[in-house]
Amino acid sequence: MTKDLVTPYATLRADTLARDRGLREKVMSLEEAAGLVHDGEHVAIGGCHMSRTPIAMLWALMRARRQDLMVSRSIASTESDLLLAAGTTKHIITSWFSQGLIWGVSKVMRHHMENKLARFEEWSHMSMGLRYRAGAIGIPFTPSRSMMGSDVSGELGADFKTLACPFTGETVVALPALNPDVALIHVQRCDPYGNAQIDGLQFMDIDLAMAAKRVILTTERLVSNEYIRRTPDQTRIPFITVDAVVEVPMGCAPHECYGAYEPFFAHMDAYADITTKDPVKGTQDYLERYVYAPKSWTDMLSELGMDDVLDACRRGRSVYND
Amino acid sequence: MTKHQSSTSTFTASELLAVNAARLMTDGQTVFAGIGVPLLAATLAQHHFAPHLTILFEGGVIGPRIVPGELPPSTNEQRCTRHAAMVLPITDVLLLLQRGYVDLGFMGGAQIDRYGNLNSSFIGGPQNCAVRLPGTGGGNDISSLTNMIVAMKHEKRRFVEKVDFITSPGWIRGGDSRAKSGLPQGGMWRVVTDLAVMGFHEETREMQVIAMQAGVTREQIQDNTGFKLRFADKVEIAEPPRKEELDTLHHLDPDRRFTS
Repeated sequence: MTKDLVTPYATLRADTLARDRGLREKVMSLEEAAGLVHDGEHVAIGGCHMSRTPIAMLWALMRARRQDLMVSRSIASTESDLLLAAGTTKHIITSWFSQGLIWGVSKVMRHHMENKLARFEEWSHMSMGLRYRAGAIGIPFTPSRSMMGSDVSGELGADFKTLACPFTGETVVALPALNPDVALIHVQRCDPYGNAQIDGLQFMDIDLAMAAKRVILTTERLVSNEYIRRTPDQTRIPFITVDAVVEVPMGCAPHECYGAYEPFFAHMDAYADITTKDPVKGTQDYLERYVYAPKSWTDMLSELGMDDVLDACRRGRSVYND
Repeated sequence: MTKHQSSTSTFTASELLAVNAARLMTDGQTVFAGIGVPLLAATLAQHHFAPHLTILFEGGVIGPRIVPGELPPSTNEQRCTRHAAMVLPITDVLLLLQRGYVDLGFMGGAQIDRYGNLNSSFIGGPQNCAVRLPGTGGGNDISSLTNMIVAMKHEKRRFVEKVDFITSPGWIRGGDSRAKSGLPQGGMWRVVTDLAVMGFHEETREMQVIAMQAGVTREQIQDNTGFKLRFADKVEIAEPPRKEELDTLHHLDPDRRFTS
């Protein structure tokens, strides 16, 4: 069984008690926020697939040369290709990992997994969600009814367990809680304290915020606390769970942020081309050009190009056109 | 991809799959749809005979309406939410399967076996993996908890005696092995291919042909299957795609991103 699969409850409570949960401003730079993530930690990535991926924060972690992170995500896409290629992680826990159906199976994922350079630990999508939820609500496991009878469960060895329901006697799965060391979540807007509002799809992000031992938010817009208080029903993540707030416009580019920009499709086509041709050189060239070379996040956006930025924004905002 | 000829028009294998799969749906059903052919099929059914059919996306969407020409690249982008009744967290939309609100799950497949088990994880198995595939996503949950339709190309390398790895369980080893494995509900219902439509024998749970695509022979189907395929007592001939069905598909996917 994986060592320390489930965080002991006493540790979880003590860690939470030790955090400064007062109403305090916690705005900082990407570089400062990257300093809150340490080598070897379990980092949960918010969003799903190509949507609301906290790309700017991951970009900062790759530039800071973080290593040996254990990464978990609902569904992994090109961001996880790059984390593998940059050596940021060798262990990804997720339900699905590829750029996306229309681009075929990720050659980068294949290169790392088929050559056993990294581990892709596969749980079903609902199981990932229920593991985060168990972590979010402070229980060691949650019962569920999928994954039985498959080889997905067999492949997990002793980490996959079933038990007899104490009420009905039927067999159910006991999914172990996930309490990540750090959750990285991108939102449309939040205040300096970390009260965050999310438009559109929430994915697993609210459970991620509640489950994690630290939360770093990146946000399209930094708004005032008064702004948040006018529509508290729209707040999805409360400040008491948040440790850092970074304002990063276009912080998911070239992925999508609901209502702000769609994926940069032409860029993603080009990415698929170069990484399919050569998953090693393709990703190294990409990292050099878009991750290591730019002087700043703004510089990275310039490298994506104004035409692509505006096109993605036009498509992104179109959800509010009708 | 193969061009098929019918009396009225030509169509691709993907279009043939979408049309045949759409016809398996019933108005009023709630359907969990994957991207590509499954989504096209569900939308086609809505347009032609099932206006009260509800689509669910595993990204967390109930009742979206697809904007023609803006098919989503996965079930997780904002295009999935257009004109939807509700967006909700991923975990909660998947839990609707477990609670029993979903009539049909519908997805594509890389490799399937005699008992309808699907492999989307490892070609060659985990030890001697020749190709690492993207994995289950919601596939395992959907196939564990509801009735399933799978649409895929009919090829010998895809229709195998035993899958290298069960990502999404069908009838597992046949008979009552699925229920005994802890999955008392749902199961593989239909497999739609460019050659045939298949169901599963009531008791043995072996795959069996229930309809053949027009112009296709039994030998052709068997030759493209990696195990001895059963044929039901009564095998029908599927009606070729109608012009209005193909027109709807072209309208939904004008750039042929999913139907080429």
